[in-house]
Amino acid sequence: MTKNRKQQRKQATLLVLLATGMFGFAFALVPLYEIFCEVTGFNGRTFGQTTASVEQFSQVVGREVTIEFVAHVGRGMPWEFRPTESRLRVRTGEVSETKFYARNYANKLVTGQAVPSVTPGAASLSLHKIECFCFTQQQLEAGEEVEMPVLFYVDDDLPADIGTLSLSYTLYPVPDAQVVTLDDDVRGSPTPILEHSEEHSGS
Amino acid sequence: MIAHADTIPPARHPLVSFILRWVLTTNHKEIGTLYLCLSFALFLIGGLMAMVFRAELAQPGLQFMTADFYNQLLTLHGLVMVFGAVMPAFVGLANWMIPMMIGAPDMALPRLNNFSFWILPFAFFLLLSSLFMEGGAPNFGWTLYAPLSTTYGPPSTDFLIFGIHLMGISSILGAINIIVTIFNLRAPGMTLMKMPLFVWTWLITAFLLIMAMPVLAGVVTMMLTDRHFGTSFFEASGGGDPLIFQHVFWFFGHPEVYIMILPGFGIASQIIPTFARKPLFGYASMVYATVAIAGLSFVVWGHHMFATGMPLAAELFFMYATMLIAVPTGVKVFNWVATMWRGSMTFETPMLFAIGFVVMFTIGGFSGLMLAIAPVDFQYHDTFFVVAHLHYVLYPGAIFATMAAVYYWLPKWTGNMYDERLGKIHFWSAVIGLNLTFFPMHFVGLAGMPRRIVDYALPYAGLNLFATLGAWILGLTQLLFLYIVIKTIRGGEKATDQVWESAEGLEWTVPSPAPHHTFDTPPRVE
Repeated sequence: MTKNRKQQRKQATLLVLLATGMFGFAFALVPLYEIFCEVTGFNGRTFGQTTASVEQFSQVVGREVTIEFVAHVGRGMPWEFRPTESRLRVRTGEVSETKFYARNYANKLVTGQAVPSVTPGAASLSLHKIECFCFTQQQLEAGEEVEMPVLFYVDDDLPADIGTLSLSYTLYPVPDAQVVTLDDDVRGSPTPILEHSEEHSGS
Repeated sequence: MIAHADTIPPARHPLVSFILRWVLTTNHKEIGTLYLCLSFALFLIGGLMAMVFRAELAQPGLQFMTADFYNQLLTLHGLVMVFGAVMPAFVGLANWMIPMMIGAPDMALPRLNNFSFWILPFAFFLLLSSLFMEGGAPNFGWTLYAPLSTTYGPPSTDFLIFGIHLMGISSILGAINIIVTIFNLRAPGMTLMKMPLFVWTWLITAFLLIMAMPVLAGVVTMMLTDRHFGTSFFEASGGGDPLIFQHVFWFFGHPEVYIMILPGFGIASQIIPTFARKPLFGYASMVYATVAIAGLSFVVWGHHMFATGMPLAAELFFMYATMLIAVPTGVKVFNWVATMWRGSMTFETPMLFAIGFVVMFTIGGFSGLMLAIAPVDFQYHDTFFVVAHLHYVLYPGAIFATMAAVYYWLPKWTGNMYDERLGKIHFWSAVIGLNLTFFPMHFVGLAGMPRRIVDYALPYAGLNLFATLGAWILGLTQLLFLYIVIKTIRGGEKATDQVWESAEGLEWTVPSPAPHHTFDTPPRVE
């Protein structure tokens, strides 16, 4: 009987450990999902390279695709935010530039952070932003307006069945506690850098 | 309640000792009864909510309630039925029957058993109290999707989160107890492949519970930290993603579906052979099919999310994996039909409920196959077709199976036979009510009526009136069930030990009513 009790206790302990492991697994699913998105481009998040090499552009220009720009304002963001042009015809492998317009209509300084998304998801691996206002937080004084540039190119490896892709931004307010000063931020860069680099960076 | 100090007699007040007996009991039969009573009470509460919002849906336009209150009722109906009615009913049956079916004197961990039951009333107190709070009860559906439950959730959402934590702890502890009991306390000679199928299906369900419930606990914990502690699991502005919520939730949610159906499979596999007077057809294939269904349930969660913009490859994978589940389920339905084939069938109430279960669960299974087809799911998604499907699998699957089990084992529990005529009236009114409620939902769903919205377009009006009528029949007929059970407890024709002519299994070898302690010396199974 005591042997039986011991065995029961051991089994119960193992089962509690299994339950605890599954609790941890739920949290592990979050980074696993990030990795899954990064590999597959699923969910339209852009993980592509943010710098371009000179050699990359010395080739023959690629096919023509349409890129559409969409802007959303997140809840509680007192800004007007829209693309200056709704669509652009670009050639793959060619760096293009567009601008997004933003104006702070609040009566105080507001910091915002734009979060990009690309559809269809499969295209998100081929759209590379070299410079983007989404790399850093943006600050506007009361009533200030600004045109924010995006420099990007579409890679030649864009799947052949995709002729139109859309790049959408949602601009969220940044709580005061999370505002970073520009000096601290190393991801952003004021001018496009054309250099040979394999650096990958999240956006 | 307690008499004044100087009048307290040496013995405890009878009411106090009555309460203490039930609060402190470690007897598996008494705990089983507690589970069944709580589950029936919550079944009536959840059903009442459904009857109220069905009354609202009888006609287009707003009659009795605001859209927000409708959403609250809808959310609580789902949560109460899933976690309050179905799961505790199955745990109650497991507590009553598993020790008696495997020849064990009690559950392996009796005090843990008491603890896992007594958590539940508090969990549902937390959940239901949210109805009376400022800002109202949670109103985002039982699936708790972020950001509806995080950014936009009412303050009472935190009570829901802690309620779910408690329910999770209760079911995990209950499941551990069941597994340890089955592994250690089987009578000599009762090998795994000789166990009754109800025990087998519960063993597998218990493993599903241990692997799925912690994931739900994890995801509601993330909700809690997103709401109050500045994390951004589901918050896009902080680098998170609301879609992660759906992935983690449905990783729990699909095994949960099978947690609510596998014990029902076990019950049907006990009852059909008894009343067909033939051994179960394909016992081993039943066991393997159950294992296969449980395994597959962990890789099909994506079929709830076809409309979220998945890559094509993922849609194909989840579509085929989901359809694959139809194979072991088909094996089961085939085996039940083959058991009845050329049997000497009689149609007592448990058999009626079991056959009703097989027929109507299969209808729900077929609409499930339709929903599994990714390209057409875009039309069915979030319509009343889904409501029809899930109620056709859950009502006949879980509720009919539980009622079949209660009618089947009630004579053993109480020592009295139930009133067969009333039982049959209960069955037929439930069948009529169920089909009248849920069958029209297929049509309005295919025609495009969205679910979870308080109002609807005029063309859906007629069929919705039928559904409301059905819901009221279905709800009121459960009061007849309550009456039948109370009547049986209070008296009736005495049941024999065997109860049913050709019932097999250890539970029929003990006297009726089953004494407080059974199998103090383990029986020998040849």
